Parts: sequence; structure tokens; C-alpha cells
Amino acid sequence: MNSSNKIFEKELLIKSTTDNLALIREFTKSAAEESGFSDETIGKIILAVDEACTNIIKHAYKFSPDGNIFISIKFEESKFIITITDEGNHFDPARVPEPDLIHYYKQKRAGGLGVFLIKKLMDEVKYSTLTGNKNQVILVKYLS
Amino acid sequence: MADFNVNLRGVGSVSVIDVKGYLDAHTAPELENIFNKLLDERQFRVVVNFNELKYISSAGLGVFMAYVETMRENSGDIKFSNMKENVYNIFDLLGFPILYEFFKEEKEALQKFDSQG
Repeated sequence: MNSSNKIFEKELLIKSTTDNLALIREFTKSAAEESGFSDETIGKIILAVDEACTNIIKHAYKFSPDGNIFISIKFEESKFIITITDEGNHFDPARVPEPDLIHYYKQKRAGGLGVFLIKKLMDEVKYSTLTGNKNQVILVKYLS
Repeated sequence: MADFNVNLRGVGSVSVIDVKGYLDAHTAPELENIFNKLLDERQFRVVVNFNELKYISSAGLGVFMAYVETMRENSGDIKFSNMKENVYNIFDLLGFPILYEFFKEEKEALQKFDSQG
């Protein structure tokens, strides 16, 4: 059976602490492996999910450890869809400027690298605000 | 939870930082502590050896961005060595090779400092 015919949905509800990032990566890795992606692509997907959750912890919850992060991973018809939902402050990635490395270098800081990386690593990225003050980001990777 | 280790050693006038495991938003502060210690001791010539680093996210990359200019203002630098391909690809994606020197082996990075006097 071709692995691209597999259909599944997995869910993880986790608190907004950076020490959970390892668990989030592990969860993402096992789902991506099950879907039949190459090691290189699995690495990209893991990093994109890490960056998205790091942004939620940092910007939506401002490092408060009690926030909820809900991750759902769905795989159907060669489409790997990661939906990440939080209940923190609204975070508008459109307001994050494209990183300019030379500028950061002079400013001795680095921000916005995560949003930029996510865009580079995934095939589709969509941010939205849901009712009930929830934020959602949907990341998609196609199995080619 | 994330498995990360950082070790500092001196090789001549250069400080070598060995990073091991997973460098993410949770573990990046450990690396920041090392850089702060180097600034306190006015050690500005740094080689980061990535031989045992398995993973890096932008939080880790941000640490190098935060300290490199200070090192250079003091006639030093942060140079990278022994990076695995998957880790290098992330640096490359963000354009780091324009601003940083990457070496295959630690000794090449050390030699570069020596040749700069």
C-alpha cells in the first residue's frame, strides 16, 4: 500500500512552556514519519512547527506557562496539515517585517526569523483569528 | 526536557564553545550565559564547534546575531566549525553565510584567528 493513501488525525494539547518544545517536535516527527516524508522534509516540518509554537509562547502568551496550545495533525491525499491553535494575544505575522540580516547585525538583535523560516519551510501557511479570542495557524506540506 | 549541552574551553587566545544536542528557545539561554561570561572576561575571539549539534531553531540563531557585532567591535569574531548539513541549511536559508565564516574543521577556524594576529 502506498503510504500517501494513509489517512489519520492526531492531536496534542500542551501548555505554553519552552520545555514542551521537545515534546512538540517528537509528536510532529512521528506523524511526519508515518506519512512517508523524507528525513530532510521531516526536518523542515519539525522546525516549522517548533517556530510556530515558539512564537505562540513568546508573543501570544508572553512566556506565561499556563496557556493552552492545541496541535492537530491531519494527513490525507498526500496533504500533511498541521493546525495550531492558541488562546493568547493576537499575533499578526503580517506586521513582522522580513528579516534583514545586515540590519539585525547592526542592531544586535534578531526577531522575525521564525515567521520567515516557517514561510520558507512549508508549502502553505495561513494565520487566522477565530471566535472566542483564538488564534490559529495552519501549516501545509505536500508529499510529492 | 530538551537535551542540550554547552562546554567552554580555551585554545590559545581563542574560546571554543562546543554545542551538543538541541538548541531551541528553551535551551538558547544556556548559550547566552556562555556569551555573557565571555564578554565579562573580555574574550572576543570565539569558535563555535557544532560537531555534536543535532538541531537548531531561530532562537539559537538569534544568540549568534546578538553577540557577533560586539565581538567584532573588539577585534574578535564568532566563527563556526564542524556543522552538519541539516544545521548548515538553516543558517544558509537565513543568509548567515554573508555575515559569518564557516569552517569544516575547528583547527581551520583557529588558524584563521591566528593569521589575523
